[in-house]
Amino acid sequence: MKPGMKNETPVEVHDLTVAYHRKPVLWDIDFALPEGRLIGLLGPNGAGKSTLIKAIMGLLPPLSGYVRVYGETFEKNRELVGYVPQRESVDWDFPVNVLDVVTMGRYGRLPLLARPGKKEKELAMRSLAKVGMAELAGRQISQLSGGQQQRVFLARALAQEARIYLMDEPFAGVDAATEKAIVVILKELRDRGNTVFVVHHDLQTVREYFDWVMLLNLRLVKFGPTAEAFTSENIQNAYGGQLIILSEAAEKLGQHR
Amino acid sequence: MSPDLIVILTAVLAACGCGLIGSFLVLRKNAMLGDAISHAVLPGLVLAFLVTAGRNVVPMLIGATVMGLLTAWLTEALSGTRRVYADAALGVVFTLLFAVGVILVSLYADQVDLDQDCVLYGEIAYTPWNSLVIGGVNYGPRPLWVLGGVFLANVLFITLFYKQLKICSFDPQLARSLGINERLWHYLLMGMVALSVVAAFESVGAILVVAMLIIPGATAFLLTHRLFTMLGLSLLIGAVCALGGFYGASWLDASISGTMTVVGGIVFGLALAYNAMRRHLAQRLALRTG
Amino acid sequence: MDFWDLTLRFFALGDVNVRNVVAGSMLLGCSAGCLSTFVYLQRQSLIGDALAHAALPGVGLAFLVAGSRELGFLLAGAALTAWLAALVVNLIVRTSAIKLDAALGIVLSVFFGAGVVILTHIQKSGAGNQAGLDRFLFGQAAAISGRDVRLLLVVTGLLLLAVAAGFSRFKILSFDRGFAQTLGVPVGRWQFLLTTMVVAAVVIGLQAVGVVLMAAMMITPAASARQWTDRLWLMTLLASLFGMIAGLIGAYVSFLAPRLPTGPWIVVVVSLIFGVSVLLAPRRGLLSRMVGFIRQRRATMQDHILKALYRAGMASGVWDRGYDRVGMATAFGFLPGDLRPALGRLRRRGYLELVNGAYRLSAEGREEGARVLRLHRLWEVYLSRYLELPADHVHRDAHEMEHILTPEMEARLEELLERPEFDPHAQKIPYPERREPA
Repeated sequence: MKPGMKNETPVEVHDLTVAYHRKPVLWDIDFALPEGRLIGLLGPNGAGKSTLIKAIMGLLPPLSGYVRVYGETFEKNRELVGYVPQRESVDWDFPVNVLDVVTMGRYGRLPLLARPGKKEKELAMRSLAKVGMAELAGRQISQLSGGQQQRVFLARALAQEARIYLMDEPFAGVDAATEKAIVVILKELRDRGNTVFVVHHDLQTVREYFDWVMLLNLRLVKFGPTAEAFTSENIQNAYGGQLIILSEAAEKLGQHR
Repeated sequence: MSPDLIVILTAVLAACGCGLIGSFLVLRKNAMLGDAISHAVLPGLVLAFLVTAGRNVVPMLIGATVMGLLTAWLTEALSGTRRVYADAALGVVFTLLFAVGVILVSLYADQVDLDQDCVLYGEIAYTPWNSLVIGGVNYGPRPLWVLGGVFLANVLFITLFYKQLKICSFDPQLARSLGINERLWHYLLMGMVALSVVAAFESVGAILVVAMLIIPGATAFLLTHRLFTMLGLSLLIGAVCALGGFYGASWLDASISGTMTVVGGIVFGLALAYNAMRRHLAQRLALRTG
Repeated sequence: MDFWDLTLRFFALGDVNVRNVVAGSMLLGCSAGCLSTFVYLQRQSLIGDALAHAALPGVGLAFLVAGSRELGFLLAGAALTAWLAALVVNLIVRTSAIKLDAALGIVLSVFFGAGVVILTHIQKSGAGNQAGLDRFLFGQAAAISGRDVRLLLVVTGLLLLAVAAGFSRFKILSFDRGFAQTLGVPVGRWQFLLTTMVVAAVVIGLQAVGVVLMAAMMITPAASARQWTDRLWLMTLLASLFGMIAGLIGAYVSFLAPRLPTGPWIVVVVSLIFGVSVLLAPRRGLLSRMVGFIRQRRATMQDHILKALYRAGMASGVWDRGYDRVGMATAFGFLPGDLRPALGRLRRRGYLELVNGAYRLSAEGREEGARVLRLHRLWEVYLSRYLELPADHVHRDAHEMEHILTPEMEARLEELLERPEFDPHAQKIPYPERREPA
């Protein structure tokens, strides 16, 4: 274990309730991610998947419960977590090139007044090479295709040299070839002992891609190895919207806070 | 220094200082917040005048900068109550603050060295006679000192904290996840905007400051894909607006600040046309080779 | 003449000048407020700012071209340049990567700058009667003449008619353009019409409010009206009303001090209306929310007391044991200070009886205490069954939900869970006696 890691569990979430505009979007979420696995997070729209990722990283405050990264708070161990946000979260007309974006992944480790130097740029180039984008390092991001944009984000996360990778819909709007390529990279990450937690939307590819699956819809429906957890009953539970009382209770709670 | 040179220099410093920091407003899609801040500093200015009973620079700068930050904060707080849409919140806050400022100006016109015209157009033509006198020694035109100082401050701010500004403008969520205090940088940037606005205020007036904040950056944005180049270009374009404004104003026999803005509009229009043409050609090329 | 004389004279509306000013200002407020509703809902609030500033060069040009200060010409010029500005904003956004906010700022300042150039040129060229054009900067309601009022009346009337006639279309345009398009509504044309109407409303208001502050009249009335209602027709009505009030008071101030610009005063008034609306509106208002919180906290405290007493009764089997305030605090872990007001209220509601200085549950109190306890335990069962949460995780959640579940939700829970006898901690769930099986 590295210093700063109290225990072996990459991410532990305990009784987490998170609200969006005062209405709970995640309710009493409780789980521990197993290390070295490629884990898919699924659920219908508005189920709280993005919210969960953001709550793990402290971007959204919980109403109750807590998150631990390798036994410590996220703030203490943030260097162990790499983040790939949704592509729409960024303005692709911004005047930076591919290398600039990937280098940003190192900014957290640089002191206040320091500039990214050769070391950072080399690391960024290596990450770009891993995603097959090294020749495009100088290209403006406005000229990238959807698949290329996704690879740049992935390279940026790789440049963070983390042990846990949180990804929000990395396959959305991406061509089939890029999707295959990204899956290969994710599996390599997993094979090297990293934990990869991916918000996913395509039920068809779950068995092929992920070792473990988490089904989420306001509450945790099921979490476990794909073969056990990804059953039609559980899928129905997650996507069927059966917990009407819970959603209503969440509404009421939102009104009362 | 001839009076003309002083006025030109003042105009250039105002345009470049505002244009440089304003480039980040354009990139962050916060241009209208710049508009709001430039209106809202007025009551701060007037109050500083009234309280210090004089045209002391430092309280003016402080008072107005505080006002600018307050605007940014009030707007966010108001839209945070979720009772009002964000764009409307901005409109409600800055129009009220500006209205209060105008009322104060009209009520205390004699005690405050500002009048309605100055508020709107600035009085850059009077700069050569607006002297900075400390301890009986005349150091020259005060606006030059203030604008020069603020310009340097802007350059320093952007140089030192380039990477923070870059990442907070491009991907605030990533910045926060990396442990960078994105909110702090937002308010620091808004503070620099307010400072630049105040410094330029008495030269170019409230509404034309907006032009200087937005046009150089927006024009540069159309002409380049590199952030560093964009910032440099914004300086160049600011200078062009200033020079064009000065000479155009004497030709048209009109207000200098107004002409600066019109020149800015023309320059922007040219860049827009050029950019559109380039995009069109690139598309045609892509269709043919694609 | 002193303040009260002036005030009486104003509100008596005897003077034809006063009537003109009042009428003009109120008409402006009405049309601006009315149109501001749609602008607000489409999240285009700042367009009003841009359009208003862009009207300035039009005023100057009209004067130069027509050589007259006739309001009709000036407003026509203003409308023209404002409309042009709207087109340019659109053009910028469509043909480049520049976003709406920057486009608005550029158009706003460039057009205004051009207006300033034209105005100062007119000033310097000595066309002596330009002095009147200044009033379009900050507004000068006192300058509204009878002829002006007639023009304003006609335009406002047309605007209101158009809003009423096309109301359903404007409604759907503001709420869900995409949906409107699928219905075959010619969205482009209606938006064109709406923009034209907004330009007209902006231009009418210029005399009283002025170019610089007109934005406020296109934003604040709507933002205020929104606090009071969810219904579009009512919101539009209220926004017009607020606009009219602001106009009236602005005219009043202009009457008291003719040399002060009217615009800022109108804005201050309408902003005050906004402040009052945000604070005091029922349901949405901040005050009303605070009151709701306090009520909720009180109800929670009372629920806790009843539940605690009930559990004690259930455990011991003794129902007429009374507690004094301090005793209750010690026994159940309350703060004596918190208990005092709650106990009084519970007694007034008839849930507690005060006997010999000690409080105990009345029959109604027992039922109510049972209800709260039941809700708590039912929720725990629900969580453990449907969320598969372990027993030690459900208590905190239920502790909050017991105050929030309505009787209707309670009934559905009971049905869904098939009336469980025990909670996840193996504690009995109390049901009302009349519903026990025979």
